[in-house]
Amino acid sequence: MDDKTLIAKRVALELEDGNLVNLGIGLPTLVAQYLPGGIDVSFQSENGIIGMQALPRGMAPSADLTDAGGSPIGAIPGAYAFDSAMSFGLIRGGHLDVTVLGGLQVDESGHLANWMVPGKLVPGMGGAMDLVSGARRVIVAMTHTAKGEPKILKRCTLPLTSVRSVDLIVTELAVLQTTPEGLLLKEVAPGVTVEEVKAKTEARLIVPDQVPVMPLAA
Amino acid sequence: MTKMTTLQSAIEAISPGSSVMIGGFMACGTPHRLIDELVRQGKSDLTIIVNDTARPNVGIGKLITARLVRKVIASHIGTNPETQAQMIAGEIEVELVPQGTLAERIRAAGFGLGAVVTPTGVGTVVEEGKRTIEIDGRTYLVELPIKADFALINAKRADYRGNLEYAYTARNFNPLMAMAAGKVIAEAEEIVPLGAISPDMVVTPHVVIDSLVA
Repeated sequence: MDDKTLIAKRVALELEDGNLVNLGIGLPTLVAQYLPGGIDVSFQSENGIIGMQALPRGMAPSADLTDAGGSPIGAIPGAYAFDSAMSFGLIRGGHLDVTVLGGLQVDESGHLANWMVPGKLVPGMGGAMDLVSGARRVIVAMTHTAKGEPKILKRCTLPLTSVRSVDLIVTELAVLQTTPEGLLLKEVAPGVTVEEVKAKTEARLIVPDQVPVMPLAA
Repeated sequence: MTKMTTLQSAIEAISPGSSVMIGGFMACGTPHRLIDELVRQGKSDLTIIVNDTARPNVGIGKLITARLVRKVIASHIGTNPETQAQMIAGEIEVELVPQGTLAERIRAAGFGLGAVVTPTGVGTVVEEGKRTIEIDGRTYLVELPIKADFALINAKRADYRGNLEYAYTARNFNPLMAMAAGKVIAEAEEIVPLGAISPDMVVTPHVVIDSLVA
């Protein structure tokens, strides 16, 4: 199993029946594929729909129905289309249960940086600042390191996405939960040791006596 | 009065140096014919207010490729390396605005509000140079309205008076921008007789549309 699949399969277990969920472009989008059976989750795309689904096989793509990356999607029966003010009203107004985003850096305070690298990469924040400020629960799904360098730091060096703390960080090595005392090592991935996670993390981790192995969706 | 006009005369009304809002999200719901005509007529020195600049030479990206833009106000330019290159070269000014804030600033202009206050961006670089306000113990940014000289709108269907109906995610910023500009130019994929669009399905009322291009 590759790292992205593993991360998506772990994040999928965080979603609950009845949730409204926004998945970021890229890795987070994979989460929808591993939704456990028997739960009903609605997916929002911030460009204006609740009830998006992957383009069904055999269905012609429509230029009027895309995800936030501009790729064709489908709409389930009972979907709802709306404008950008409504979309961010749902996000900012406390109606969005979970957002899953990628990250460049997360720190001990749970602060996320994911929208620019000064002097190198200035893509813009898109909807990320509203999503992190407004969603009821914020999950960061990202690789643990970038080119061998830790992404989970004592303090973010890149411009922040929000001063609101994220709730959970899921990587291919571990699950970390933000707490008022710092980052709690909640789980390790199958075959990964606590020592390896600590070695690849700059932030100080709170490590319980027993760290369970990460469960994964089927 | 008829608002029906040709593509050419609709775009001739726009002078170089104008501010122009353009609907669409990654080229979905973007008024492609109006953009093509802007490029054909070479309207330059534009300030564009857009969600994104799509991809090089796609949708709104055509204006970037044709170097017709002086300033971009957008939430995201990451999918268009030409926008980033022109920004780094100092040829284009870019103001990045969080997407929900962009929507609300445009809505505020069209709805007659002097500002909106939002928690988004507090404590980040977005806060720089802005006023904050405390309400019930929470800090908000005071974000000012964004209006424009022109709005270019894409709709699925229009009737002859200019009532507009949208399709799926092609709606996005279009209804907000149709309220927030001095002159509003709409293109529709289909023009239908009056009454063909049920009153309940009209999202943008004809009263805000100045020109309609079939």
